[in-house]
Amino acid sequence: MIDMQDVYKTYPNGILAANGLNVHIDAGEFLYVVGPSGAGKSTFIKMMYREEKPSKGSIVINGVNLAKLKDSKVPLLRRNIGVVFQDFKLLPTLSVYENVAFAMEVVEESPQYIKKRVMETLELVGLKHKARALPTELSGGEQQRVAIARSIVNAPKVVIADEPTGNLDPDTSWGIMNIFEEINMRGTTIVMATHNKEIVNTIKHRVIAIENGRIARDEMKGEYGYEG
Amino acid sequence: MKARTFRRHIRESFKSIARNGWMTFASVSAVTVTLLLVGVFFVIMMNLNKVATTIEEDVEIRVHVDAAANDKDKEVLEQQINQVSGIKNVTFSPKEKELENLIASLGDQGEAFQLFEQDNPLNDVFVVKTKNPTDTMNVAKKLEKLNYVTTVKYGQGTVEKLFSFIKISRNVGLVLIVGLLFTAMFLISNTIKITIMARKREIEIMRLVGATNGFIRWPFFLEGLWLGVLGAIIPIAVVSTAYYYAVDFLNEKLKDHFITLLEFNPFVYQLSAILIIMGAAIGIWGSLMSVRKFLKV
Repeated sequence: MIDMQDVYKTYPNGILAANGLNVHIDAGEFLYVVGPSGAGKSTFIKMMYREEKPSKGSIVINGVNLAKLKDSKVPLLRRNIGVVFQDFKLLPTLSVYENVAFAMEVVEESPQYIKKRVMETLELVGLKHKARALPTELSGGEQQRVAIARSIVNAPKVVIADEPTGNLDPDTSWGIMNIFEEINMRGTTIVMATHNKEIVNTIKHRVIAIENGRIARDEMKGEYGYEG
Repeated sequence: MKARTFRRHIRESFKSIARNGWMTFASVSAVTVTLLLVGVFFVIMMNLNKVATTIEEDVEIRVHVDAAANDKDKEVLEQQINQVSGIKNVTFSPKEKELENLIASLGDQGEAFQLFEQDNPLNDVFVVKTKNPTDTMNVAKKLEKLNYVTTVKYGQGTVEKLFSFIKISRNVGLVLIVGLLFTAMFLISNTIKITIMARKREIEIMRLVGATNGFIRWPFFLEGLWLGVLGAIIPIAVVSTAYYYAVDFLNEKLKDHFITLLEFNPFVYQLSAILIIMGAAIGIWGSLMSVRKFLKV
């Protein structure tokens, strides 16, 4: 499903953010990526949706090698990968429905199918009744649920989440995690970078710890392993 | 691209114009102000050019034929004149007609010359027009060398000054118009850049969900087009209306000087087309230049 081999990433300023990463993730897995700030988690995540290109090594997702992927093909890759961020990244001028439908318009789906699929997805994240609301009228947790709906509306095989609960209070965070669990149960692979110790230690999944650009730990049903 | 997608782009471009109200206003105003300047300036330049052309076309070369030349010689001379490159047309004016013209031009005092009708001291003249008025001097030099030509007159001295004055005015006008256009492009692209900066996030998100660069660019392209066309409306209205009244007023004032302005129709329609195309081009250009920055993967 996802295969990283000897991946190195050096930024133009000389910082070595990935120092020989080797990871294999199976289809349908749920993976936490943990580690101190600045250890290389974000680079790890960004390389997966080709926001960053590895300096060396190969990253293969669904048979496509991202290291060799042409810039013009990046949009096609992203249609098969859902991405969720700490700051939601919703368009404030579009309604909840439009924000989610946007991801399908890009793929040129038919309006009938878009309508059906967007409403189904909003129902899955529990926001069907707020389809016409603007993001600014929603709570943080609700906004994140819209972002999740947008990431899965095209039924990607992989969802990548970078600190999805970072801006949310604990109760809301659990709600968000339930949605990710649900998505994972339906067969979607989830890769989630997180600082939330409680979540990692409670909802047990595979844990990869990254320190100084290397994989320090890789455990099935692992622990968060850091203070705080 | 599917027709449905194209309709979406059109819809999005209009929505975005409505959504970014103040930015739209700023961009359209920038286009309006510049096109108004360009329009007014263009009207002035084109009319000055017309006056210059009228004056230039009045310039003619008068080739005086030696009195010793017989009809055969004159025929040969006419053929030789016609063979000189750059000649538009040649008309023969016999000395009798020259005298008539002279008497007519002198009015009452001309009567004194009527005595010469018995023994006309004037020469026959070939009146030569050049294809390109600025060739007058060169053509005149070549004509001087032909057989049976006594003198060649074209207003030596004055014509050279007139042509160099017209040439300088045209070049200055051209430089000013080009300068104005560059200022316009700079002004407009900056305004549009600010509007797009505000939408950096929108573009970033479009890219994240897998929109191709073309898909992202289309609505901006159309938006630039609409902004440019919208910005051209007021300048066209103002310039057309003003010109409508100016033509009547100025033609009345200038008629004694044998100068007329360009006809309202078709000039104003041509000008409107130019302003719309210019508005659209700078709108699209500004918009695409600004969006390009955010499309690098």
